[in-house]
Amino acid sequence: MKILVCISHVPDTTSKINFTEGDSKFDTNGVQFVINPNDEFGLTRAMWFKEKQGASVDIINVGGPETEPTLRKALAIGADTAIRINTIPTDGFQVAKELAKVAGEGNYDLIICGRESIDYNGGMVPGLLAGMLKANFINTCIGLEVEGVKATAIREIDGGKETLTASLPLVIGGQKGIVEESDLKIPNMRGIMQARKKPLNVVEPSGAEAATKAVKFEKPAPKGDVKLIDPENLDQLIDLLHNEAKVI
Amino acid sequence: MKPDLFTAPDYYNIDDLLNEEHKMVREATRSWVKKELSPIIEDAAQKAEFPKDLLNGLAEIGAFGPYIPADYGGAGLDQISYGLMMQEIERGDSGIRSTASVQSSLVMYPIFAYGSEEQKKKLLPKLASGEMIGCFGLTEPDFGSNPGGMLTNFKDKGDHYLLNGAKLWISNAPFADIAIVWAKNEEGRIHGLIVERGMEGFSTPETHNKWSLRASATGELIFNDVKIPKKNLLPNKNGLGAPLGCLDSARYGIAWGVIGAAMDCYDTALRYAKERIQFGKPIAVKQLQQKKLSEMITEITKAQLLAWRLGTLKNEGKATSAQISMAKRNNVDMALKIARESRQILGAMGITGEYSIMRHMMNLESVVTYEGTHDIHLLITGLDITGHSAF
Ligand SMILES: Cc1cc2nc3c(=O)[nH]c(=O)nc-3n(C[C@H](O)[C@H](O)[C@H](O)COP(=O)(O)OP(=O)(O)OC[C@H]3O[C@@H](n4cnc5c(N)ncnc54)[C@H](O)[C@@H]3O)c2cc1C
Repeated sequence: MKILVCISHVPDTTSKINFTEGDSKFDTNGVQFVINPNDEFGLTRAMWFKEKQGASVDIINVGGPETEPTLRKALAIGADTAIRINTIPTDGFQVAKELAKVAGEGNYDLIICGRESIDYNGGMVPGLLAGMLKANFINTCIGLEVEGVKATAIREIDGGKETLTASLPLVIGGQKGIVEESDLKIPNMRGIMQARKKPLNVVEPSGAEAATKAVKFEKPAPKGDVKLIDPENLDQLIDLLHNEAKVI
Repeated sequence: MKPDLFTAPDYYNIDDLLNEEHKMVREATRSWVKKELSPIIEDAAQKAEFPKDLLNGLAEIGAFGPYIPADYGGAGLDQISYGLMMQEIERGDSGIRSTASVQSSLVMYPIFAYGSEEQKKKLLPKLASGEMIGCFGLTEPDFGSNPGGMLTNFKDKGDHYLLNGAKLWISNAPFADIAIVWAKNEEGRIHGLIVERGMEGFSTPETHNKWSLRASATGELIFNDVKIPKKNLLPNKNGLGAPLGCLDSARYGIAWGVIGAAMDCYDTALRYAKERIQFGKPIAVKQLQQKKLSEMITEITKAQLLAWRLGTLKNEGKATSAQISMAKRNNVDMALKIARESRQILGAMGITGEYSIMRHMMNLESVVTYEGTHDIHLLITGLDITGHSAF
């Protein structure tokens, strides 16, 4: 089985978020980047297919050279080959189109994406990619098995689970559950050394255009200060909840 | 124990001096420490038990012989990567770092540097994978800072050697599968011997009631007419320089390791100072606390630069023993002072096992003593610059 895992390079969840250029661009200054968590769950599942079923695992990313450490980390975890499509990702449509070109040429049986990236949370890429490749598509996967050309996936649905089957080629959107957090792999030193020698192929973009343009980002209003009220002063508490917080 | 909230300071953008691989090694080790070591270490230290379950994990991430070439089961990393691993492991606990240091620098390194091809092929892969754990016996009851005076000796009995003597204060001794033991031959020349658990006349009683490195097992090595096969002698180096060569490698790792302990103390104290309110304000607004914290970050930064420069010299094969002594001495002293100061910033909370500081502080009392005491390293610098030995 030939697997392709789409990896996006996103700010660590503990990063301080700021914007530049009139609040239209994310400020990357001092920000630590990591493998998008939803993609890492998928990558870990792909490693399982590699170990247990002898699958080959390529990883792919649309991004500039600054994303290479993230790709090297995925190689250190155990992926075989990395592909970087050398262009700055601007929206889901452009990314999906760039991915579809390379993924289509690679004849993959299974393409694992994250349900969404945790930076812009667009969630469009896996579906668009499946459409462009005319492959089957299952989103929000919390379980995935493959036997021959048949995949069985478990999806999270409101208040429950759904099990479905589909034939390969298949694109999935994975999330936590496809493997658990405790299954995530920390690269070991031998993996890091081997990653140095694994191919990281840079391919030029096909020139897909973005369909949308970010105009402005806004952060949520800062949280107010905490007010401590003496347990004796219930009246004051009720007054504040009623008149200031306006919740009762 | 509180959740591990550690974030590493990098006041001088020292990250810019590291390559991507160094950073990946550091992040991987840091993640492992947060996931596997931090949750269990306080309990192990309180109970004075070596957490044996960590051995597999240490082997799995590659903490045993990271700079040993891949052909022998190591990872073939450079010296800066090795240093960063030691920093991250000691950020968790000096005792666990000691286990990794001993296995890498005091057991794998002498076999790699002074061993026969057969010894290397047979032992190094097993030591790298943690299937076999080693210890290093140099110190004796009456010969600590002056190991050249050692009494442990072996006699040539034709088809084997006969080993007699005792070693004290040996990390990992109680559970090690093999010991690299330094002993004198009949001419008084020091050689390294590989002694295996189970050999008749060889025992390893544990040293109890330590207040320091409580999560690391320390013991004695006792040799009572132990028959050692001749193939267990390390053939390619002898004399005091042989064990000292291993110490160079371990001391280098300590110079990095203690930066981790210092960072953990500083990070904890800084966070606490911002949160702890006294006289209506966080104690971080007080000049006295700012002086402590500012001096700490200054000293950590200096120690990082010293370690990094030493690492580049070591990568080029140019670091001298005296340069390594300077970094070991300076950095351990820096870490010990920071541990003591940060403990005070936490007030009474600082003495509890809720925080890692007091454990680091007690651990560092061993680190400032083993691998050459604070005094001995000063005498090494003194000898180096004046040409006069003051030992
Ligand atoms: C937890 C722990 C683990 C250890 N693990 C190992 C191990 O794995 N393998 C191993 O071989 N050893 C190990 N050691 C032993 C360690 O290396 C020795 O303790 C150290 O070398 C000091 O020797 P000593 O304790 O005999 O002190 P001594 O040499 O007796 O020193 C006592 C004091 O005298 C000072 N002093 C000594 N000589 C001079 C001098 N010429 N001039 C001025 N002052 C001097 C010293 O600085 C010190 O302050 C370990 C020790 C500890 C505490």
